[in-house]
Amino acid sequence: MARMTMIEALRSAMDVKLAGDPSVILFGEDVGYFGGVFRCTSGLQARYGEERVFDTPINESAIVGLAVGMAAQGMRPCVEIQFADYMYPAYDQITQEAARLRHRSNGQFTCPLVVRMPTGGGIFGGQTHSQSPEALFTHVAGLKVVIPSNPYDAKGLLIAAIEDPDPVIFLEPKRIYNGPFSGNPHAKSMSWAAHPAGEVPEDHYSVPLGKAAICRHGSDVTVLAYGTMVHVAQATVDQTGIDAEIIDLRTLLPLDLATVRASVEKTGRCVVIHEATRTSGFGAELIAEVQEACFWHLRAPVLRVAGWDAPYPHALEWDYFPGPERIARALKQVMEA
Amino acid sequence: MPDISTTTDGEHPVVPAQDAARRSRLQFPHPPARPDQPADFSAIVVPRAGILPVPPLDISASGCRDLALGMVRILDENNRPVGPWADYLGEVSADRLRQGLRDMLKMRAIDKRMLNAQRQGKTSFYVQCTGEEAIGCCFQRALSQGDMNFPTYRLQTLLVAAEYPLEQLMGQLYSNPLDPLKGRQLPVMHSARDYGFFSISGNLGTQYVQAVGWAMAAALTGTGKIAAAWIGDGATASNDFHSALLTASVYLPPIVLNVVNNQWAISTFTGVAAGKSETYAARALGYGIPALRVDGNDYLAVMAVSRWAIERARQGHGPVLVEWFTYRVGAHSTSDDPSAYRPRDEARAWPLGDPIDRLKTYLISRGDWSEERHVQAEAEILDEVIAVQKAVEAHGTFVDPQPISPSEIFLNVYADMPEHLRRQRKEMGY
Repeated sequence: MARMTMIEALRSAMDVKLAGDPSVILFGEDVGYFGGVFRCTSGLQARYGEERVFDTPINESAIVGLAVGMAAQGMRPCVEIQFADYMYPAYDQITQEAARLRHRSNGQFTCPLVVRMPTGGGIFGGQTHSQSPEALFTHVAGLKVVIPSNPYDAKGLLIAAIEDPDPVIFLEPKRIYNGPFSGNPHAKSMSWAAHPAGEVPEDHYSVPLGKAAICRHGSDVTVLAYGTMVHVAQATVDQTGIDAEIIDLRTLLPLDLATVRASVEKTGRCVVIHEATRTSGFGAELIAEVQEACFWHLRAPVLRVAGWDAPYPHALEWDYFPGPERIARALKQVMEA
Repeated sequence: MPDISTTTDGEHPVVPAQDAARRSRLQFPHPPARPDQPADFSAIVVPRAGILPVPPLDISASGCRDLALGMVRILDENNRPVGPWADYLGEVSADRLRQGLRDMLKMRAIDKRMLNAQRQGKTSFYVQCTGEEAIGCCFQRALSQGDMNFPTYRLQTLLVAAEYPLEQLMGQLYSNPLDPLKGRQLPVMHSARDYGFFSISGNLGTQYVQAVGWAMAAALTGTGKIAAAWIGDGATASNDFHSALLTASVYLPPIVLNVVNNQWAISTFTGVAAGKSETYAARALGYGIPALRVDGNDYLAVMAVSRWAIERARQGHGPVLVEWFTYRVGAHSTSDDPSAYRPRDEARAWPLGDPIDRLKTYLISRGDWSEERHVQAEAEILDEVIAVQKAVEAHGTFVDPQPISPSEIFLNVYADMPEHLRRQRKEMGY
C-alpha cells in the first residue's frame, strides 16, 4: 500500500494498465510530454513511449473520434478531455458514435473506450472550468458514467473502466484531486494523506462499475451523493448530528438502485446532492427512481440540493456551490417533515 | 448601429459617402440552373484525358498542385485509354474489366429494384447511387482482405464489389429476420465487418475521423492494413472533415481519404460547401496532404488512382486525399424530389457521362464485349437480383412483416445487459 492523491491514483491506474495491456493507449491535449495540466499522466510517455502516450491537436471531436476508430479495431484508448466544460465539440462522437456502435452494428464493432474529464467546481473556475455535465451523459443509452470521490476508488474504478467492454465517461472531480473538501472554503485544506481512502495498492485491483458504496451508515435519512459532494455531505452530517446514511453512488449509469432502495426503505427519507444545475439534472432521475421504488416507505418529500439553474459564476462561487448550509437546511427539512 | 460615415468624434475614420456603394456584400452561391432552366455545366472544366503525370508514391502535398486542381482521366472522348495513368495501369485483363462492368450493372439493378420496392412499401427508405457506381465498385476491388472502409450511405457499391451476400444486404433493407442488424438501423445503414465495411451512422462526417483512428491503430499494431475514409461533397463542411485531415496530417497513418463530389447535398449545390475554394482536393494541400482529383465516371481512372493511393498508404507514405468528381443522377433518397431544385435533364447533360456506358464502350472497342453480351448480362444480373429479392421477401417486408423479436431492442446496448434494461425488457413482456 502507498499513500496517493487522487491524481497519483489515477496515474497509477493508467500505469498499471499500460504495463499490463499493450492495447491500452492514452492521448489528449498536453497529455504526453508535459504529463497533463493536472499531472495525471506525468511520466507515462517517458515510460511507455509516444506510441502509447501522446499529445493531440486541440480538437475534442478528433480526440474521441480517433479513439472510436481505434477502439473499433480492438485497442483500448483512454483519452482525456482537458475540462468537462470542453467536451461539447466531442458530444457528437460520444453520444452518436461511441455509445451506439455496438448496438447499431449488432456487436460487429464495439467501443471499449474511456473518456476522462476533470469536472466540478469549487476552484474559482468560472463558467468553463467548473461545469458538471453528467446528466448529458446519463441520458445516453450505451454509455457508462463513473465519478469517483477518493483515491482508492479512483484507481479501482479507472482500471475497471479501461477493462470494460463499453464506452465509459470517467468524470474526475478536480476539487478533490489533492484532498477531500468539507465545503468550507475558509477551512484549512485537507490532504489525502490523512484520509483512509488515500491508501492505495500499487498493483492491479478494480472497483466494480455499477456498485455504490455506503460511506456512512445511518438510520435517519439517506443522502445520495457523488464526487466532491460526498465529502461535503459527510462534513455537514457530522456537524448536524443527524444520523444520515450517505451513499456514494460512484457509478451513475448503470445506477446501483438496489443499494439506494435498501437504504431509503430503511430510513424513509432521502436527500439528493449534486453540484450540477438542478433542472433536468441527474438528481431528477434519482428522485424519480426513489419515489417509484420506495414510495410507500417515504415519510417526507425527497429533496435535492443542487447548483442553481445559472451558469457557474466566478466571484460568487460560494453562493453557487451547494455547500454545508444548504445541505444542513435540506436535512433538517426532511427530518421535520 | 450608428452609420459610421456620420461619426465625427475623431476616433473612427469617416467613410466618404461615395464609398458607400463599395460596402461589403455577401455571396450566396447558386447552382448553374434551376428547374425552369436548361441544364448548364459550362462552368465545369473537363481537362483532356491523359495529360496529368503519375507522381511518385512519396509525393509531397506541394508537388500535387496540378493533380489536385486538374483531373486524372484515362478514357478519352472516344473512350480510349491514354496518357501516363493508362501506362501506370498497364494491361488490364478483359476478365477484370468485365468483372467491373458486372459489379456496376449489379449495383444499378439493385438500385432499380430497391427503389421500386420502396415505392411498393416493401421498405421504408432507400438511397440510390446511380451514376456513382464506378467509384466504390472499383476502389473496393483494389483493397485487400482486412482493409477497412468507413463509408457513407451512398456506397453500397463497396459491398457489391466485396461480394457481400445479397441476402444480407436486402435483409437489412427490409429489416426482416435476414437483417444482420436486427432491424435496429434505417435501411442502407449497413455494417459488414468481414467485408471491410464499417457500421454506417446517420451523423455525417463522424466516420471520417474514426477512419484516421482505425488507420493509426493499424500502424500501431503493425497489421499492414489500411483504412479508407469516405465523405460526400456536402459533408466536407462538417467539423470532422477538418478533424480527420488535421489528425491524418499530424500522425501520417495509412489512409486514403476519399471525397465523392457528386455536385449535390440533398438540394444544396456543391458551391455552398465549397465556397471559393478551387477543388475539394485542393483543401488537403493546405493540410500538407497530397491530393488528386479524378474523373469518377472513368472506371480506368478510378482503378489506376485507387491502386496508386492504396499502394502509397500501404507503403507507409502516409495519407492521401482523392476527390472523385461525379454526378448524383438519382434523387438524394426516396424521400427527395430533385425536380424541385434542379433541371430534370441535368444528368443527361453531365459532361463526364455515365460510368457504365463508358466502360462498356471501351470494352467493345477492345473486342472484349458486345451490345448483345451487354443486353444479355443486364438481363442475367437483373434475374439474379430478382431471384434473391424474392427469396429475401419471403422472410418478410415492411408491408408483410415477419418481425424480429422486440427484445432485440435491449441486446447489444452494452456487452452485458444492466439491471435497468432487464427491468425494461420485462416491462415490455419479454
